[in-house]
Amino acid sequence: MSLWFPRLPSERILRQRPVDGPFALTHLSANAQRIYCLNPAAEEQGLSRGMSFSDARALCPDLLTDHADPYADEKFLRLLARWSGRYCPWVGLDGDGLLLDVTGSTHLFGGEGALLDDLGARLARAGLTLKAGMADTRGAAWALAHHGGGLAPAGETLSHIGRLPVAALRFGDQLAIQLQRLGIRTINDLVALPRATLARRFGPEVLLRLDQALGNQPEPVSPAEDPPHYAVRMTLPDPIGLTGDVMAGLERLLDRLCATLADRQTGARRLNFTARRVDQGASQVEVRLARPMRDAARILRLFERGVEGLEAGFGIDQIRLEATEVEPLPFHQVTHHSAREDDRIADLITRLGNRVGLEAITRYLPADSNIPDKSFTVAYAAYSEPVASGWAAPAPRPLTIFPPEPIAGHMPRPPRFFTWRRMSFRVAEATGPERIAPEWWLDNPDWRSGVRDYWRVQTREGRRLWLFFTPQNPGWCVEGEFA
Amino acid sequence: MPYILFMTQPLHSLSSHFPPRKSRAHEVCGPAAPGFAVMLAGMLDGPVLWLKQGHERGRLHPSALADYADPARFLFGAGKTQTDVLWMAEEALRSGATPLVVAQLSDRLDLTAGRRLQLAAEVGRSRGLFLIPEGAGSNAAETRWRCTSHFGGEDSTQQRWQLIKNKTGTLGDWIIRWDEQTRRVIVVSKTAERADSAPAPG
Repeated sequence: MSLWFPRLPSERILRQRPVDGPFALTHLSANAQRIYCLNPAAEEQGLSRGMSFSDARALCPDLLTDHADPYADEKFLRLLARWSGRYCPWVGLDGDGLLLDVTGSTHLFGGEGALLDDLGARLARAGLTLKAGMADTRGAAWALAHHGGGLAPAGETLSHIGRLPVAALRFGDQLAIQLQRLGIRTINDLVALPRATLARRFGPEVLLRLDQALGNQPEPVSPAEDPPHYAVRMTLPDPIGLTGDVMAGLERLLDRLCATLADRQTGARRLNFTARRVDQGASQVEVRLARPMRDAARILRLFERGVEGLEAGFGIDQIRLEATEVEPLPFHQVTHHSAREDDRIADLITRLGNRVGLEAITRYLPADSNIPDKSFTVAYAAYSEPVASGWAAPAPRPLTIFPPEPIAGHMPRPPRFFTWRRMSFRVAEATGPERIAPEWWLDNPDWRSGVRDYWRVQTREGRRLWLFFTPQNPGWCVEGEFA
Repeated sequence: MPYILFMTQPLHSLSSHFPPRKSRAHEVCGPAAPGFAVMLAGMLDGPVLWLKQGHERGRLHPSALADYADPARFLFGAGKTQTDVLWMAEEALRSGATPLVVAQLSDRLDLTAGRRLQLAAEVGRSRGLFLIPEGAGSNAAETRWRCTSHFGGEDSTQQRWQLIKNKTGTLGDWIIRWDEQTRRVIVVSKTAERADSAPAPG
């Protein structure tokens, strides 16, 4: 059985926000906002799919529109696929429709016709337009669904789809047009032709699709896989309240969850532990991991701090653990010594990150820029790997760098005396200048003052500072200090 | 007499004090304190955790850092308050995952906090180095150093390191410089031996 939802994207939106009158979804294609999907009221006004949005507005000034979201549409279709599991266990996705292999389950709903009626009525109540075709083969069901819908009883496939146009056989538009030019308009016309010449003239695809529709070639429905479920829970006969008991429960949950993760070669990145109390209240502990992990013992230790802060109230009678963020983590050899070192660092990052935020733990990565404070980037340590090389700078850079702090002076030569941070300095030697020009292709407000001439200044007081002069906007600033 | 051999390294030499003892927390003050920290990092192996408060504006420049230690070894942590920074330092010292934990503090380190850090360092067998403002240290510190830049002529890279507190030994005062090739601290002279042993400015 094939289900086709011709207006799925717009009806998905309209289910949430009913609109009286013409409504359409637009998307950007071929350099213009075009209509992606529309409701019957909009079609009556003469609009059609693929029409440009400005044309549509001209034809129908009171058209309401929204942006199309194909990703959400697909999610919705998967939801429908899951719902269709009530009719049969064998449900597959097929473009913008669904395929159901209802062989052997129609009698539960009172026959094929009754099943179709039931399905149509339920989906209509949900606000969805449905075209359904039921036939012996997948190809024939598809043809019926996309060309008016209907039911072809067992063994009568050809008599029901024979009158349909050749385009109903699921081959490309190009092939369908070629066939029509030769006067082969319906499937009956195609069946009447000798097979050998057909294959020689149009290639194997025409015969393959024809055979699939008529049942001479098998074409199974591959059911959509259920998304993996990374959550486990435990209900307790008696409420518990001690930290040790909760940790013991958590350990059992972790063992089960980590087994699931290992099965699918994935690792948890974020875990959510919920403890439900007897008074129906619930408290949660969330742990974000510095790298994907599925080692129950290590994860358990990372939960210690959070579980100690749990409010147990009159006792906890249900615990649930869910991996809310999961990343692929293939099997690898872990016996090597350096791997254990890395694990300790990752655990430390996790533990620190769960108090101050994983984003607060950073590391440097080299970047390709001559601007001193852009020659490196600061990356989150949990989401990056260390890079060993690429730090070389064209000239020595100060050990500490800070936002420029202006000092007095307007001459292009370095001042002989200056005051910085309420300390006065005598210049012993100045090395430079090193001219650095701003990156004109990026608008950086710090570099509005133009090019900079950097000087390494050795003061008689001992400190070595990094000063710059801006010739286009005369002034001096201190930007760093050498060790 | 074999024990004479132990006298070849005099007690007041820098190498008997630097790198400072493992499993202890140490304090550094003075304007050249970051230099002390990166030189120490350069002489040790393994990752380094560098903690500071998020609102502090200065940061290390990796190109300069590369002269002392590989910047890839460094992890940086930013806490909202000094309490966060101290908590992170304690946690990191206790775990022992990084042989060196450096924390830049802006406030006074009290005795309780200092003692806790000391105990954490003992448990994790790692070194803690706290860059503190002048005179803001705690009595629990194993050693305290004051580091200032020293002017020793044209484009000098010298520093003056004063050991101003030491629980287990003598104090000292050295002029040192960093040798980039061997990645070692080289003692230029002991300040006490210099003719002008007046305290260096800065």
